Amino acid sequence: MAMQSKRHAVVDTSLCVACGACMEVCPRGAITVWKGSYSVVDDALCIGCGLCARECPASVIRVEDRP
Amino acid sequence: MKKSHWYNYLWIWAVVYFAMGFFNILFAWLGLIDFFLPLIFAVGFGNKGFCNRYCDRGQLLRALGSQKGFSRRKDAPDWMKSRAFRYGFLVFFLVMFMNMLYATYQVFAGASNLREVVTLFWTIHVPWEWAYHGGAAPWAAQFAFGLYSIMLTSAILGILTMLAYKPRSWCVYCPMGTMTQLICRAKAGTREEEKTS
Ligand code: SF4
Ligand code: SF4
Ligand code: SF4
Repeated sequence: MAMQSKRHAVVDTSLCVACGACMEVCPRGAITVWKGSYSVVDDALCIGCGLCARECPASVIRVEDRP
Repeated sequence: MKKSHWYNYLWIWAVVYFAMGFFNILFAWLGLIDFFLPLIFAVGFGNKGFCNRYCDRGQLLRALGSQKGFSRRKDAPDWMKSRAFRYGFLVFFLVMFMNMLYATYQVFAGASNLREVVTLFWTIHVPWEWAYHGGAAPWAAQFAFGLYSIMLTSAILGILTMLAYKPRSWCVYCPMGTMTQLICRAKAGTREEEKTS
């Protein structure tokens, strides 16, 4: 298995407004807005940099330690 | 810094739009693009492609807030992110939109005269008579004044919350954003699950 970052982004989809601001800034292209409904992070690509969380207008992304 | 895409420059359209409407209000009709395109993406394709990439408003707030760094990048208050406020603002916006259509109809029917004003925050009338030179039916001009009022009011609100909170805070309560997300969710058949991804 490839090296994984210690931390990763977690989205509270219930309050996500599907604006795509997170997707726009992610350096790994790890985020997609699923069917215009909420954003989904590809866990395998995420490096936990937190740029998405900094951008998210609804503040629904947290960078957490991987389980 | 990530490389820019062509659509990152769509904020220019927002500036051009307001500038054109300052000189000739009839250009305000072009604001309908910002109503129809997001609906076409949502109803036709079940996505928020407009919000995610091609919205001039979203790109303007990104350019000023994120790139120029004018945003304080604070968390928006909880009430602003709540469903109650977002849906409530959508309803309010739709009612005011109908109101604007009614004012247009009244001028069309000859029941009232054209009012050459731009109305900010649905209450403050700003004289704007220099921007109408005839060349269209009075009702068409009335609609243009009404639509420009909505566009300018929402731009000002967007810029204020961009400064105070996150760059794209407006996108949290933007009526078009809320409406297209509701359409997309309905199409995707997602219930509003509390699951995290
Ligand atoms: S934490 Fe970084 S890599 Fe992970 S999704 Fe957010 S922006 Fe992308
Ligand atoms: S920036 Fe935040 S609100 Fe917007 S799509 Fe991403 S997670 Fe959702
Ligand atoms: S939420 Fe509104 S302002 Fe933001 S990108 Fe979508 S349509 Fe544009």
